[in-house]
Amino acid sequence: MRIVILGCGRLGAYLARRFAQEGHQVIVIDREREALEALGPDFPGETVVGMGIDAEVLRRAGIEGADVFIAVTGYDNTNIMAAEVAREIFGVPRVITRLNDPLRAEIFQELGLKTISPTVLAAEAIRKCLEA
Amino acid sequence: MYLIIVGGGKVGFYLTKSLLAEGHEVLLIEKNPRRAAFLIDELGADHVWVGDGCDSSTFAQVGMNRADAVIAVTGDDEDNLVVCLLAKRKFNVPRTIARINNPRNAAIFARLGIDVTVSTTEIIQAQIERALPLRSLVHLLALRRGGIELVEGKVAPGAPADGRPLRELGIPVDALVVMVVRGDQTFIPSGETVLRADDEVLAVTTPASEGALRRLLLGA
Repeated sequence: MRIVILGCGRLGAYLARRFAQEGHQVIVIDREREALEALGPDFPGETVVGMGIDAEVLRRAGIEGADVFIAVTGYDNTNIMAAEVAREIFGVPRVITRLNDPLRAEIFQELGLKTISPTVLAAEAIRKCLEA
Repeated sequence: MYLIIVGGGKVGFYLTKSLLAEGHEVLLIEKNPRRAAFLIDELGADHVWVGDGCDSSTFAQVGMNRADAVIAVTGDDEDNLVVCLLAKRKFNVPRTIARINNPRNAAIFARLGIDVTVSTTEIIQAQIERALPLRSLVHLLALRRGGIELVEGKVAPGAPADGRPLRELGIPVDALVVMVVRGDQTFIPSGETVLRADDEVLAVTTPASEGALRRLLLGA
C-alpha cells in the first residue's frame, strides 16, 4: 500500500518506520526538515518538507495514488483540513485523523472522518487498569 | 441579522465595529484572554465572547444554531475552515464566510461547502492591477457554481477591439461584453457598438475564453 503520513512527531515517525518495515511505500510530510531527519538515514521511505494543508504539497507527496492518508500533526485543525482535502479533493479511500480534542473528534467522526482521540484512548486505558 | 465573527484580530475587530454600526446583532469570538479584554473595552461585553471558536461547546453557548451567518477571519486558513465546517454541518448555519490567506484554498473551501471565501492576497493583487496599467483583465468576481468570471479591462489603443463593432470581433461564444464605461457614460453594448481605446469594459467569461477576450480587448 502507498501510505502518506502528515506530521513527523513521535507518533508520525513511529508509524512511518513501522509501515516501512512491513514493506509499505511510505511518504512522510512535515514542515520542519529536522523533524524528518529524525527518521534516520536508513529510513527506506520518502520525505517531503511543506505545509500539509497545501494541496500542492500533498500532490508532491503522491497523494493522488495513495491508499491511506494519516494526519498526525500536533494541531487538530491542520489535521482536519488536511484530512478533508485528502478525502474530498483527492479521493483517498482511507483517511485517519488524530485529534487531541475529544469533542472535535466526536463531531468530525459524526461528519464522516475516521478520528482517533489519544485523550479518550488514554483515559479508557487508565480506567481499565483501575477495574482490573 | 445575528452574525458571529470568529477571530478578534484587526480584521475581526473592525468588521465587528462596522457591522454593529449598521445595526446588526454581532458577537465576536476571541480565544486569547488578553486580546479579548481589549475587545471588551472597545466593543462592550455584550459583543465579545472569550473562548475557542473551534470548540463546539463555545458554539452551543453563543447560540450558533440561530446565527444567520458565521464569518471566520482568523489568520489561519485551517482554523477558518474548521469553524465554517462546524457551523455549516453541525449547526446548519445558512451562510458561512471564510477569510483565506492562500488563494489556492478558495477552490478547496468551495468544494467543502463553504459559501464565500475572501482572499486578502487576491484583493490586494486586484487593487494593484487596478492601480497599475498591467496588460491583463482584472477579476472582479468568480461565480462559484458556473465557473464563470466577471472581469474588467480597458481597451488598448490599436487592439483588435479599438474602432470595430463588437459583432465583427469574433468574441468567443462563452464570453460576453456586458457593460461599457466611456468617460462619464455607462451603457450596455449591442453587436453594433463600436469600442474605442480607453473604454472600460466589463465582461463575463469562462476561464477558457479569458485569453481570447484579453487579446481582443487589450491586444496582448
